[in-house]
Amino acid sequence: MWNDFQTNAQMGMQAGVVTYPAGKGDLIHAYVARPEGPGPFPGVVLVHHMPGWDEFYLEFTRRFAQHGYVSIAPDLYCRYGHGTPDDVTARVRADGGLFDDDVVADLGAAAVWLKSQPNCNGKVGIVGTCSGGRHALLAASRAPGFDAAIDLWGGGVAPPPEQLTPKRPVAPIDYTKDLVVPLLGLFGNEDQNPPPDQVDRHEAELKRHGKVYEFHRYDNAGHGFFYYDRAAYRQQQAMDGWSKVVAWFEKYLR
Amino acid sequence: MCTYITASAAIQGSGKGTSGWFPLSQATIGFDHPVHAPYDHALLLDFADPKQGPSARVAVEIDLASARALLTQLESVVRQAEETGLR
Repeated sequence: MWNDFQTNAQMGMQAGVVTYPAGKGDLIHAYVARPEGPGPFPGVVLVHHMPGWDEFYLEFTRRFAQHGYVSIAPDLYCRYGHGTPDDVTARVRADGGLFDDDVVADLGAAAVWLKSQPNCNGKVGIVGTCSGGRHALLAASRAPGFDAAIDLWGGGVAPPPEQLTPKRPVAPIDYTKDLVVPLLGLFGNEDQNPPPDQVDRHEAELKRHGKVYEFHRYDNAGHGFFYYDRAAYRQQQAMDGWSKVVAWFEKYLR
Repeated sequence: MCTYITASAAIQGSGKGTSGWFPLSQATIGFDHPVHAPYDHALLLDFADPKQGPSARVAVEIDLASARALLTQLESVVRQAEETGLR
């Protein structure tokens, strides 16, 4: 995957912020990166993590475009105003976080937006990290329009009942029967959220319902092992994981 | 939000942010991923004036042991201050 391109290939892209009609008809911002050329290209919805719609996600979005996907990363915190990502995230935290229903609506609308693009092949994947992994799984289970999903160490997928709240009223694991797309999950065995036993429970539920999935668990990795801006970064695990992410979408979206 | 552990309190006073002093009206205490502190999770303290927008904020990220030490001393100093009867 890494360096797997021809040096004379067409590899330009266009990237920037758009507004799109999201949940409740609200116009919200999204960062979009499009490969150069007529396509048709598959689409990818990227679901940002708790630290917000940040530089990592802008780069993550361009990275998918580099690999031939029309990519959109909605700013799920857009309705809370604008500032640096950490300041906006603090506003969301002060409000107790987002409603799951709102996030699912925003992400489902992003899939609709992608499919309306003239150079999209009509297939759309969804991927997120941390809370975004959980949200990606929720959207893939509850909203139409997705063809593959990737949950990267999403916490709170199989929480104890006392952790359910009005904003998060249903555990994503309880939607497993409704998941109709293939799911890839990557997890660190030293992660505290999700801890390995919750990943075990999720995997058992996927098996019980006969779902198409692959889970990969990495030793010597905790939460966020792709994050090269954090001490959590683990080079070998991240590079292997990234190759599995690309392979998953290549298999199901091309 | 990853843990969804968060609480807020109405406060009165002032804080000093990147643009100088500003009035404070809200404190938020959370436990989630920090932006800068080198931990997976941290106690996140924000002192803010939401009316002025997201950037009107004084932010602190500390580990749980530090939070416990701070809580102990905060409790002690507040108690001593209340005992003086001064306002």
